[in-house]
Amino acid sequence: MTDALAVQEQNKDLKELVKREYKEGFVTEIESETFEPGLSEDVVRRISAKKNEPEFMLEYRLKAFRVWQKMKEPDWAHIDYPKIDFQDIAYYSEPKQKPKLDSLDEVDPKLLETYERLGIPLEEQKMLANVAVDAVFDSVSVRTTFRETLSEAGVIFMPISEAVQEHPELVKQYLSSVVPVQDNYYAALNSAVFSDGSFVYIPKGVRCPMELSTYFRINEMNTGQFERTLIIADEGSYVSYLEGCTAPQRDENQLHAAVVELVAHKDAEIKYSTVQNWYPGDENGKGGIYNFVTKRGICKGDHAKISWTQVETGSAITWKYPSVVLQGDNSVGEFYSVALTHNKQQADTGTKMIHMGKNTSSTIISKGISAGHGQNAYRGLVKIMKGADNARNFSQCDSLLMGDRCGAHTYPYVEVQNPSANLEHEATTSKISEDQLFYLMQRGLNEEAAVSMIVNGFCKEVFRELPMEFAVEAQKLLDISLEGAVG
Amino acid sequence: MLEIKNLHASVFDTPILKGINLSVNAGEVHAIMGPNGSGKSTLSNVIAGRDGYDITEGSIDYLGKDLSELEADERACEGIFLAFQYPVEIPGVSNMAMLKAAINSMRKYRGEDEISAGDFLKLIREKAALVEMKQEFLKRSVNEGFSGGEKKRNEILQMAMLEPKLALLDETDSGLDIDALKIVSDGVNALRAPDRAMVVVTHYQRLLDHIVPDYVHVLADGKIVKSGDKSLALELEEKGYNWIEGLQKAS
Repeated sequence: MTDALAVQEQNKDLKELVKREYKEGFVTEIESETFEPGLSEDVVRRISAKKNEPEFMLEYRLKAFRVWQKMKEPDWAHIDYPKIDFQDIAYYSEPKQKPKLDSLDEVDPKLLETYERLGIPLEEQKMLANVAVDAVFDSVSVRTTFRETLSEAGVIFMPISEAVQEHPELVKQYLSSVVPVQDNYYAALNSAVFSDGSFVYIPKGVRCPMELSTYFRINEMNTGQFERTLIIADEGSYVSYLEGCTAPQRDENQLHAAVVELVAHKDAEIKYSTVQNWYPGDENGKGGIYNFVTKRGICKGDHAKISWTQVETGSAITWKYPSVVLQGDNSVGEFYSVALTHNKQQADTGTKMIHMGKNTSSTIISKGISAGHGQNAYRGLVKIMKGADNARNFSQCDSLLMGDRCGAHTYPYVEVQNPSANLEHEATTSKISEDQLFYLMQRGLNEEAAVSMIVNGFCKEVFRELPMEFAVEAQKLLDISLEGAVG
Repeated sequence: MLEIKNLHASVFDTPILKGINLSVNAGEVHAIMGPNGSGKSTLSNVIAGRDGYDITEGSIDYLGKDLSELEADERACEGIFLAFQYPVEIPGVSNMAMLKAAINSMRKYRGEDEISAGDFLKLIREKAALVEMKQEFLKRSVNEGFSGGEKKRNEILQMAMLEPKLALLDETDSGLDIDALKIVSDGVNALRAPDRAMVVVTHYQRLLDHIVPDYVHVLADGKIVKSGDKSLALELEEKGYNWIEGLQKAS
């Protein structure tokens, strides 16, 4: 009896806790040129024409479109949503006053203001030292900072639409080399209609002199965002890349279907961090972003390393499995994830580690936090191929439940074709206990601070993988998400 | 300092305390003894303000304030400290980070500035020496993987850091071997001060060989059935808790 009462009491508190304001929910009043909703071969051709693309890109898009037309929407994930009408979405939108990228003066002041409000000043002198930013607004990249400094080091960091023009050989060589167009439904769709995104090339032996960062913003209503990111780290190079995302608060659901491809050659290392804060919808589940993303990296050469770190607090639905193909011998794959779902948010996220080379190793640390009616699923595959002698994997999946109406689910899949493999899997599910709350409050912390401390402690193994500024941002984001949790 | 009058309290609607009267002055150390289920731990939880521990009758006055009107964190900020019988583990939160947040929360409550990193480090090194706690324990997650003795020492370290006016020690001796008991008691004794009161809750007399109380109260079935000086604890040890049942029937 006492337990039931304690739970009830705690639920009341937690209901308060998960109330939050979405601070990035404003709309920028800016004139845009947006395609009418609908998807056809003609729309694909128009996007390509808009971008003034070479023939190979148009062919690539058309091939992807035809593949997509034959595919079915996947339905295996632990998520539930009304059927998406793909003819009801606009596939291209750009601010009318198209900025020339050489000078900030030519960027629409309203756009600059938008990024200021989001805490991302694009003026280089005001920027955090050592972070170069590419800002993508709806379908186009509006500003890439620090390009000169980077090009001195030989680093290419530019919108992918420009890379198509300026470095077509690289794009041709690597685009869809990791995620083939027919890989999955959303990857095919993205390949057909993607409009912009970031392109990064780090030459042999270069340690990228600053953190690279892309900031994605969906503004226009009923518009999908389909960005494409391609990062290539040549032999012996290193790059750390960050992405952040927000969107205005709208009642309609919006689609975000991105593809990110990473290629790490011999001895190269790519560290990819995400703080995803797309609009999650309101407390009744109205509105919010559908985030269907394909992220995959390949450790092509020996001793290559790819590390994914993600903090997912936004989106109505998250469907995302950043993966690593460990092709080179002694290559390393890592996946660190915090996913928070509250209200009616749903997340089905995890990773795939495909071990092909000898002595390859992978680490998976997943932390799921569910509050309100939130549903949080971890789905992960560890595959050890025949030739992957002495492969090692360590997986740890922890779930934290707040209240008794949310859910946590863990779906670990393991396929081993080589007997020398060494795999470890640990999983825990816990609740924020009354005992922990009282303990911290007895030490003088108010309930909100106590909850925040417990949750941040739970996520610590992931947060410490984030670059400093992002770790701070991620902690703040969790605090905001949990604001008012206890009364 | 603490004035408890005719206190009746329930734990999730089950009556546990049935009319406690207790007066504690600054500088005094009171021991509360009693058999299992007599309400010892309930008393400290009610004073500290744990959720679900409700006062149904009577009052607790602390430094002129009615405690029932303060939340647990406010009581802590007012100087009430509870050393837990079973300190919980908080994974991923370092001892240092927790203590710094606690100190700053209390300073904020008093309208003071946050403690500087330098002052904090100096303070925690000094206090850690008091309970012979190694530096590495300060960086570890709160109580995670600590032995029973280490957890109790950690409680005393926190008490030393937070410098309470009223310290409640709930079964601090449980799960301690002789050496750990000595370290913990020495730590507690070092914290005895003219402006600080302590209420030591214990099942066994042995703790009171180390922390010598000014007063001893015997609790049975939610009431204080006998009070006296430290010799009462010895008498209780000798005669056993069955003697108390006799006292209860007599009263």
